[in-house]
Amino acid sequence: MSVEGRERTVRCLVAKVGLDGHDRGAHVIARAFRDAGFEVVYSGLHRAPEEIVQAAVQEDVDVLGISILSGAHNTLVPKVIDGLEEYGAFEDTLVLVGGIVPEDDVAELKDLGVAEVFGPGTPMAETIEFVRNNVPDRE
Amino acid sequence: MEGPDANQGAGSTGDGADAPDRTVALRDGDAALLERLLSGEHRALARVITRIEEREPGYRGLVSALYDHTGGADVIGVTGAPGAGKSTLVDKLAAAYRDRGDTVGVVAVDPSSPYSGGAVLGDRIRMASNVGDMDVFFRSMSARGQLGGLSMATADAVKALDAFGKDVVVIETVGAGQNEVDVVRTADTVAVLVQPGSGDDVQTLKAGILEIGDVFVVNKADVDGAERALAELEEMVHRREGSTATPGADAGHHGPPGPGVPDAEGSAGADSPEATVDREDAEASGWTPEVLGTVAETGEGVEELIAAFDAHAAHLRESGELTRTRRRRYAEEIRTLVRADVGALATEAIERRGGIEALADHVRRKEADPYGVAAGIVDPIAACLEDRDDPADGWPGKPNEPGDDST
Repeated sequence: MSVEGRERTVRCLVAKVGLDGHDRGAHVIARAFRDAGFEVVYSGLHRAPEEIVQAAVQEDVDVLGISILSGAHNTLVPKVIDGLEEYGAFEDTLVLVGGIVPEDDVAELKDLGVAEVFGPGTPMAETIEFVRNNVPDRE
Repeated sequence: MEGPDANQGAGSTGDGADAPDRTVALRDGDAALLERLLSGEHRALARVITRIEEREPGYRGLVSALYDHTGGADVIGVTGAPGAGKSTLVDKLAAAYRDRGDTVGVVAVDPSSPYSGGAVLGDRIRMASNVGDMDVFFRSMSARGQLGGLSMATADAVKALDAFGKDVVVIETVGAGQNEVDVVRTADTVAVLVQPGSGDDVQTLKAGILEIGDVFVVNKADVDGAERALAELEEMVHRREGSTATPGADAGHHGPPGPGVPDAEGSAGADSPEATVDREDAEASGWTPEVLGTVAETGEGVEELIAAFDAHAAHLRESGELTRTRRRRYAEEIRTLVRADVGALATEAIERRGGIEALADHVRRKEADPYGVAAGIVDPIAACLEDRDDPADGWPGKPNEPGDDST
């Protein structure tokens, strides 16, 4: 997929939510997305779920990548998804989670509507490929 | 991925050959979207800005329809060198406007990578004072290769925010090149940010940015060198005001012109028409740019800055300058659109003749010359104009025939 014709630019929000300060992964993924030709809005550290929702809605992103390394995904992710639903933004946003998530929780997050969970060591190309293949169509 | 139907006519052979959809009729789906925007739905506003940014089919109808609802917002441009503290200051400005009950829109423009087309838009990181406050609508835009120019896309996004009902819209951009300068010029009031410490910053201001500032801000005013930066700016502003001729051409030279020297009048001939207009505007406006210091990190000086913005806005209204500013801006928009569209027509004509590279090869093989080739492309367009162009047609309020672009 090259940039030609009227293909829409993929917009992503890379979000660090909650209290953990480990943003190395978020930085790496932000750069990889950029190099893949995506537009990446980076949230910065320590964001509350409502901030993430505000950013995702206003920036009209196609992809929301939430990076959580604190283990608080079971409390934080549902809040983000509820917020997106409140603004009618859940349906056309691809929600991804990156970080350390136990097997059991992965299923639970997917039930909530998270499209995929990427653990440590996931090849960058795999994540990018997943985004390209799953970006929601509009209209 | 979507909308290949929009490419009627033009083969989408890279090279910017995708024909602009010039329809200004509002599509059904867009009418609903517009309704939702006007009724205050954030998601709809976000989506409208995306459509504007993407130049998606039908966006022109959308923007045309927005015009009826604009005019209520004060539009403020904030520019300055990277690291001057623009984002932090804009965050504090937004919070201060919110404190007095105004709703705020922010459009932050960041450069995109010329290699991948991708971008990391980081201005949002600084928006810490307005957490969860949806009445601050912050939108990041990348400086993609926009058809018709980045300034046009920004101006259209500002219209969406204005129509949505924002009291204040702030445009934030790095003051790096002509593109960015054009962006902030779409604002009513422009603040230029300088950081102290490197006198070079004040030096670089001379390269075109000095002329566009209505307010000059030395941010990080608690740092060494702030006093000096303030003093240098004061001096520069007064020199700009004092010299009646060619601030642009002359500001590059140091010191006031010596007595008896006919005050740089001689260089006036080198001015571009736009620069001349600028100068006339500056003379007519009677506004002396304010110079003030802020510490964006703590919010110090932000109240004073807003007071300066208000003073400038009041000045614009009272002096009739607003009319002039808006006229100039709309003229620029019309010009940009017409240039882009005519350019696209020419690109289509080139494609029909086998593409630019084939034409170039003709020249390379000495079968033709660039002037002849260009004439071959433009002559038919000129002939059409002679035949068909009736100034009474399509103006006003009848911009083009719906039949041209059947949807």
